[in-house]
Amino acid sequence: MLELKNITYTIYENDKKKHILEDVNLSFQDKRTYVITGPNGSGKTTLAKIIMGIVTPTSGRILLNGEDISHLTIDERAKKGLSYAFQIPVTFKGLKVCDLMNIACGEKNNVASLCEYLSMVGMCARDYINRPLDNKLSGGELKRIELAMMMARKGKVNIFDEPEAGIDLWSFENLSKIFSSLKLSTNIIISHQRKIIEVADQVIVLKNGKVEKIGEGKSFINNIEQIKCGKLRGEND
Amino acid sequence: MTDIEKALLEKISNLHKIPSGAFSIRRNGKMLKKSSTTDIEIVEKQDGSGIDIFVKPNVKNKSLHMPVIVTIGGLNDLVYNSFYIGENADVTIIAGCGIHNSTCNDSRHDGIHTFHLAKNSKLKYLETHLGEGEGSGARILNPVTNIYMAENSEMSIETIQIEGVSSTLRETNAELQNGAKLLINEKLLTSDKQKAKSNFKINLTGEASKVEIVSRSVAKGSSCQEFKSNLIGKTSCFGHVECDGIVLDKARVISIPKIDAQSNEASLVHEAAIGKIAGDEITKLMTLGLNKAQAEEMIIKSFLMN
Repeated sequence: MLELKNITYTIYENDKKKHILEDVNLSFQDKRTYVITGPNGSGKTTLAKIIMGIVTPTSGRILLNGEDISHLTIDERAKKGLSYAFQIPVTFKGLKVCDLMNIACGEKNNVASLCEYLSMVGMCARDYINRPLDNKLSGGELKRIELAMMMARKGKVNIFDEPEAGIDLWSFENLSKIFSSLKLSTNIIISHQRKIIEVADQVIVLKNGKVEKIGEGKSFINNIEQIKCGKLRGEND
Repeated sequence: MTDIEKALLEKISNLHKIPSGAFSIRRNGKMLKKSSTTDIEIVEKQDGSGIDIFVKPNVKNKSLHMPVIVTIGGLNDLVYNSFYIGENADVTIIAGCGIHNSTCNDSRHDGIHTFHLAKNSKLKYLETHLGEGEGSGARILNPVTNIYMAENSEMSIETIQIEGVSSTLRETNAELQNGAKLLINEKLLTSDKQKAKSNFKINLTGEASKVEIVSRSVAKGSSCQEFKSNLIGKTSCFGHVECDGIVLDKARVISIPKIDAQSNEASLVHEAAIGKIAGDEITKLMTLGLNKAQAEEMIIKSFLMN
């Protein structure tokens, strides 16, 4: 179980104190899928980055199975089983797809085993493993590779920051299959998309840096739009 | 050969023993051994200043090894080598220079190479430069590469200098006729107080000639690198220079581009990006379980090697 206790993140803008997150308390049970949603600027990505250790909160604690991991570095949290998929995948000058996939797996793999992960995101390993992970790949390809790395990691807690952003139609249709394949892990997904929200066991709505509401089920999802400033994207698509 | 010489030879040219095909091995300013084949002839210049290499027309898939090793201090080695690549030939030349200096006197090797590529010929030229040795004497390499490319000839150059060279000044000049294509990949790593300068002057004289230069460099310690490129497009041609540098510690990297379009049909591009390792690259690798030092090492290694 992953627990967030009194997480607050404060910045100063023009000498004025601004709470990006304020006293957030959440529990994520094992083997359940959570979607964090909310209007732009509600603090979703900051919260995800705080869990992974990419952003340090102003105050508060993070517990993983009762152990305080608040002071662990990003890689130490990764070794504890936390895994993170970036909203905008990072590109490199030099590193190839196979290099990243091998680090994600924690060992050197042959084409066949990398094929398993890449084919789950609709990619042929032979076409991609020796390609540099740079911006010559399309946004959709980079996003799919990001998802393949998450599957290769076999994390205990998977954090996805807007996994649907920028992906092509194929990946979008298959995203829910990918989340189903990760049901042995705890999945924390940041998303605006109704189709993604519908895969959640529980939906957390953030607004102005605070937990506005937590709930589950279709009627709850239908009501989210009233909580949020705008309509959920994709609802009328 | 001594163990040091054998190790040096292996590092710069991957040779474990004397190669079977054409080769020329230069040691401490003198020719150690050379061997010609029916396809590739190596002739010492009459004035003793270097060698002439003749690749016969239509010779395909052959290679020539020509490593240079320097294992003594106080040597100032200057050599002039000329390469004549025959029409329709397609060959690979594996060159390189390694200096092992364990003395307090400077050792220097200046290789002046001139390439003449005949019509429709293809040449792949690989060159590794390396400096090592525990002495305080400098290890200096100042290569000059002059390239004359006839119609529709193609040359690809891969140069690698990975640490240990105290000072280097690399001059590359090329003249491209109609349809000639030149591709240069340069990889450079400097550390401590090392200095490296690389100057390119490429004349795109012929129609549809094309040059692509990709330079990737890493500067550590208080080392300094300077990259200067000058592309001159005289007709309908294409030139692209990409200079990527990673600066660490107190190092400095300077990139000075010059593109000179002397025709409105010339298309010349220069891109340069110099800075520290991108923070998001380190963060990404850390989310996969590497610590910061491991992440930096992997980023630098792959930046230079791939």
